[in-house]
Amino acid sequence: MGIESPTASAYIKHHLQNLTFGQHPDGTWGLAHDAKEAADMGFWAIHVDTMAVSIALGVLFLWLFRKAAKKISTDTPSGLQNFVELMVEFVDGSVKETFHGKSKVIAPLALTIFVWVFLMNFMDLIPVDFLPAAAQWIGVSVFGADPHNVYFKFVPTTDINATLGMSLSVFALIVFYSIKVKGVSGFVGELTLQPFGKWMIPFNFLLEGVGLLAKPVSLALRLFGNLYAGELIFILIAILPWGLQWALSVPWAIFHILIIVLQAFIFMMLTIVYLSMAHEDH
Amino acid sequence: MNLNLTLLGQAISFAIFVWFCMKYVWPPVIAALEERSKKIADGLEAANRASRDLELAQEQATQILRESKENAAEIIEQANKRANQMVDEAKEQVIADGKRLREAAQVEIEQDVLRAKEALRSQVSVLAFAGAEKILGATIDEKAHSEIVEKLAKEL
Repeated sequence: MGIESPTASAYIKHHLQNLTFGQHPDGTWGLAHDAKEAADMGFWAIHVDTMAVSIALGVLFLWLFRKAAKKISTDTPSGLQNFVELMVEFVDGSVKETFHGKSKVIAPLALTIFVWVFLMNFMDLIPVDFLPAAAQWIGVSVFGADPHNVYFKFVPTTDINATLGMSLSVFALIVFYSIKVKGVSGFVGELTLQPFGKWMIPFNFLLEGVGLLAKPVSLALRLFGNLYAGELIFILIAILPWGLQWALSVPWAIFHILIIVLQAFIFMMLTIVYLSMAHEDH
Repeated sequence: MNLNLTLLGQAISFAIFVWFCMKYVWPPVIAALEERSKKIADGLEAANRASRDLELAQEQATQILRESKENAAEIIEQANKRANQMVDEAKEQVIADGKRLREAAQVEIEQDVLRAKEALRSQVSVLAFAGAEKILGATIDEKAHSEIVEKLAKEL
């Protein structure tokens, strides 16, 4: 639990609050001191914790893979190269199975999604209090902050902004490729002329529009929901008496290993499927 | 759960990561993988070719061996034949030589006999004359009696 023993609901709320940087209502810029202040900052605020952790993990991913790619050899691979080749082959296989066109973007995109999302999800397996407590300690001892005001949410994928940011990028790619492959008229036609022909254009557009918009939203919410729920359960388990926690947190963590990989895989697979659908002409 | 700038920040960092991955991670790895699979395919093909070559070489070797055996047998046979022939020739030669030698010897012997007869004949006439001289105690005209003696000698 935290430094002092807060109530259970305060503890949970504290854990689910991002460290937010933005403009206070009085015009000054700074970190929000509680959830209400963070909410008041509106759109022009940024979650420092989500950004820091996700960028650090992204850089870690690219650094590792770049390191292996730089000295890759066609002889017998070993160590890191083995792992990198395994991942690349796995992603390449998944992409080739689903997407039959030619694209230089989709396969690296899928690899980035898979590894990055996996790493961000993986933060969920680190005991819920370790890193926030460390952040709190740094906040208190380095910046002299009030321990109650230091928030740090360590799993970026439990922040809807992170998942929606990725899925909207994917959405942008879907629209881009649809227009590139089918042309503007083809894309508009796809949205309006089916499934019921030209006499039902408004109805078709409503249906297809919802279908199109549902792609990024479902993509983001699925990942967010799974990880948020998983994190919440870890937090709930952490409220239990300390002697009992392992009995629940160990099985849940083991089960969660499956979930974090699966969710990363699903995000990747759906991205490939959506993009290959965008490439297909009806 | 506030939607805020983090959304854009995530989208931008995502785009940068994807770009970096596309530019610097994916191409070398996939190129190496393709090159290795090509290498393996080449190696397998080379192995196949080599085993085919080996089979061929073995076949050739057997054939060459068989041919050389046949050749050797033929040569030996010829040599045998030639040897027999030589032996036969030698035999014939020896027989002919013997015959010739014998004939020559025969001729020589006959000549010798003739010569001896001749000599004897001449001696006989001399002896006859000497004997007759002694018997008759008188000199006989050699010329007058030689015809008779020679006649006598020819009868010998």
